[in-house]
Amino acid sequence: MVAEEVKSVEVYEVGPTLTFSMGPQHPGTGHFRMVITVLGDTVVRCDPDPGFVHRGEEKMCEYKTWITNIPHLERPAILDAAGMVYPYVLAVERLMGVEPPERAKYLRVIMAELQRICSHLYWLGLMGVFAGHATMYMWCFGDREYLVDLTQLIGGQRITHSYFVPGGVRNDAPAKVPKELVKEFRRYYRMMLGRDYGGEVPEDFRRYALAVCEFFDTRLDEYYRMLLDSSIFIYRTKGVGVLRREDAVSLGVVGPVLRGSGVRSDTRIDEPYDAYPYIKFNVPTMDGCDSYSRMMVGYYEMKESVRIIEQAIEQMPDGPVKLKQHPVSIRVPAGEVFASAEAARGQCSFYIRSDGTDRPYRVKICSPSFRNLIALPHLIRDVRVADIPIIYWSLNYWPVECDR
Amino acid sequence: MPAAEEALNRIVDDLKKKFGDKVLEVVIEPKKIAKVLVAPECIKEVAQYLKSEWAMDYIKGVTGVDLSRLPDKPQEALEVIYHVGSMSSEDLRGVTFSLSTKVSLSNPVMPSLTGVWRGAEMHEREVYEMLGVNFEGHPDMRRLLLPEFWSDKPPLRKDYAVPGRER
Repeated sequence: MVAEEVKSVEVYEVGPTLTFSMGPQHPGTGHFRMVITVLGDTVVRCDPDPGFVHRGEEKMCEYKTWITNIPHLERPAILDAAGMVYPYVLAVERLMGVEPPERAKYLRVIMAELQRICSHLYWLGLMGVFAGHATMYMWCFGDREYLVDLTQLIGGQRITHSYFVPGGVRNDAPAKVPKELVKEFRRYYRMMLGRDYGGEVPEDFRRYALAVCEFFDTRLDEYYRMLLDSSIFIYRTKGVGVLRREDAVSLGVVGPVLRGSGVRSDTRIDEPYDAYPYIKFNVPTMDGCDSYSRMMVGYYEMKESVRIIEQAIEQMPDGPVKLKQHPVSIRVPAGEVFASAEAARGQCSFYIRSDGTDRPYRVKICSPSFRNLIALPHLIRDVRVADIPIIYWSLNYWPVECDR
Repeated sequence: MPAAEEALNRIVDDLKKKFGDKVLEVVIEPKKIAKVLVAPECIKEVAQYLKSEWAMDYIKGVTGVDLSRLPDKPQEALEVIYHVGSMSSEDLRGVTFSLSTKVSLSNPVMPSLTGVWRGAEMHEREVYEMLGVNFEGHPDMRRLLLPEFWSDKPPLRKDYAVPGRER
């Protein structure tokens, strides 16, 4: 490689301020850098510098076929693979003019909500670490394991399962749960809640999933007492990083950030898709507009997700889970489509243009983290340096999802 | 969602009436997309009108498309599409309206809409680096995701081929 020639050197007048990089190796920020300018302990400017994990997903989409695009489109947010690939699948289905079978709609909803909880648990657990509460991280990851097991039972993989395909889901949920898992759940239940599970833990998949949901709901109440209601956490997050309602709308932020600023907007309600119209759930919003509100919205969303999973499991009809079509090569007519779904971090939208060939002509991913990115320089201004991690993580910003 | 389709039809009709010949093309397909194509000179005016009259105050994304390899009608142009919605109007909840314009591939310049939709700032920066569209009046026209030393063509243009991969 030829070394780049230095053509000119710019010299800046720095004055009394100090500019430094936060990241990309910061333990909390992930592969993301913020160029922070401080005056004493106060941040005067924050310039986000994403792109360290840019992998050219959109260009890659033009090289792969409609079906082989699915696995790599999950990679931007592996904890929330279902949420990322959901709008892609919806968009392709709308271009093709097909509807998935009823059972597939429910299975998709269950998978999406399971992954929403898993993603939010990661958010909440790391928020505990940022706020100096490492126990929360251990709790969240311990409990998450049983939800990830459910994902594995349904989709075959713990996180990136490539479960959704245009025209349904890849396979049906199993009828039975392995004995070892049931035994393990029983042990964990006793360890965490200090009492035995009432009666036998069911081996039937539906009833086992309901048991896990019930267990997790109880644990959520403990999370509230442990972290969200603790005075240290409230002191660190309340009034920190205030994003007013009108700013939230004009900046175009999504998900818990938008709802934490008091805007009741959720794609699952606004433009319902798949089985969501048949399920009753609330869209939690908070008026505090601060980091605390955003975390609380995330917390209540987990409660709602548990309700959604319980309803979906009970209402799920029997039947096929996939349309009869070629497993690899599908025909997608020419046209344009813009489809959205509610991923864990907020509304995720895909613009797809098809030219009638076996590959997309153009795929644009409007990922939630990219849309929340603009809130960072807005919020990290006139704050203390110590508040940067709290504000940053309260946006649930995921660098890979932003860079794609 | 018939209500949303109806609202989109009303917006498109209103734009046609208000801007007449300036509306160059309309693509309206239920459940897929509602798109209005205007000339780059008047896109700012149309955007301003959408925001003030139809309460389209929420930007969802900006897409750039290179049209030079479309199989049926290739054009030496880049299309820039703004996907917008509304948070202040209850009737327009869940509606996405796409406002687009075409700029030439040789001289891709168009006015920035950050003055209308503040949230378009990062989206326009992405279109700038990925397709090379210059947005006039953008407050901070720098690269965003690509490495600083990138010296090839804008990568999402169709004439940029990914090394080591064949289409």
